[in-house]
Amino acid sequence: MTGDIRLTPPLSEGDVTKLGVGDRVRLSGTMYGARDSAHKKMVELLDQGRPLPVDLRGQVIFYVGPTPAPPGRVIGSAGPTTSLRMDAYAPRMYEYGVRATVGKGNRGQPVIDALVRHKAVYLIAIGGLGATLAQRIKSAKVVAYPELGTEALWEFRVEDFPAIVANDARGRDIFKEGQDTWARKLAAVA
Amino acid sequence: MRVVSVDKVRETVRDLYKEACVIANPELVQAFENARATEPSPVGKEILTMLIENVELAKRENLPMCQDTGIAIVFLEIGEEVRFDRPGLVDGVHAGVREAWKEAYLRASIVKDPLRRGNTGDNTPAMVHVDFVPGDKVKIRVGAKGTGAENMSKMKILSPSAGVEGVKQFLLETVKAAGPNACPPLVLGVGIGGNFEEVTLLAKRALYRDLGKPHPDAYYADLEKEWLDAVNRLGVGPQGLGGRATALALHIETKPCHIGALPVAVNIDCHAHRHKEAIL
Repeated sequence: MTGDIRLTPPLSEGDVTKLGVGDRVRLSGTMYGARDSAHKKMVELLDQGRPLPVDLRGQVIFYVGPTPAPPGRVIGSAGPTTSLRMDAYAPRMYEYGVRATVGKGNRGQPVIDALVRHKAVYLIAIGGLGATLAQRIKSAKVVAYPELGTEALWEFRVEDFPAIVANDARGRDIFKEGQDTWARKLAAVA
Repeated sequence: MRVVSVDKVRETVRDLYKEACVIANPELVQAFENARATEPSPVGKEILTMLIENVELAKRENLPMCQDTGIAIVFLEIGEEVRFDRPGLVDGVHAGVREAWKEAYLRASIVKDPLRRGNTGDNTPAMVHVDFVPGDKVKIRVGAKGTGAENMSKMKILSPSAGVEGVKQFLLETVKAAGPNACPPLVLGVGIGGNFEEVTLLAKRALYRDLGKPHPDAYYADLEKEWLDAVNRLGVGPQGLGGRATALALHIETKPCHIGALPVAVNIDCHAHRHKEAIL
């Protein structure tokens, strides 16, 4: 954790433009959870010029659909879902003012361009670490769309939630750089 | 005829899922450890350590290892000398899934209509596949499959002229395109032969073979080794951040096919490779 960059949303432009691909960050404070269906509803509201259920400007959206909380816990398992499915909505959400999203997997060029244009970042948490990441969530409540079940809009309080900068506000991409490097190295090995 | 109780099937399906989503099979943990030992990328090594710690934590805390507890896939191999004590076998399987999801606090991830959506609330229906086999036993194999990996799976009917190289290229293109989105290190099920619908089922059956157990035919066992090595030179690596461990295992299943076709399917599973089986 030493050396990790600490972030406490809401985040300013300056908070994220200092971040570069590969930086390790720790998020503390409020983080919102939303995936496919909640995004569809929120982008419909934005397109109609109506306010979102909560003000997400400067905030961080975690692409997640947790398992139900067993008795005595605030949440069940809660790792990131595949971000690419949210690419249909992400440029609009960044334009609105969302400062960072957290998911797994890579993003398409329109999202990478939106990050540069709107001074925002895409972070990854390690996919499949549902049990581990749930330990960093200290409270969880549904703030909108309860009818969507796990796909509702969630508000979490997190402590030292670990993530890695995958796409920064300068257009760099951790996946492309990492895979190109290692494909070259591994091709050379007998 | 041997009589098997439908309720016993229901209870078995329930108990297998409650365990599968929470407790990793020992051979999966071993595969993580083997991958870590040979992973040259420091970040990749670090991620593999996190995966090992996560499955240990899930077991200790009785939490699902991954929040995507998946779509329920159930294979029933029914001995021809078995008679069930009452009708409703497939409903019994669905009931077992429903009970597991409720009792183990697993995530309801199924919508009742593909276009109009709407969560069914209990993860049913399961995808049930029934085979009749010789004997008087019922073998139940269950898989819980996250969709991040399922979404990146592909099938194609190649021309026979494409041959073994064509199948290999299709496999490598599919894994490369899946990249980080299928949650590598992956488990790969490759179906070859059959026809349009059979080849995808072959790939799924291949996926749920005991992890890393080679094909009984030496020709295919060699291909499994060669193709796994080729996959692990793509550079995708753990979580797609670059490295060797793109896949933990690759299994091939085949069937005879038409003289004019070479069907191939690649079914991808994430590192949260969850399956269990029981024999009644």
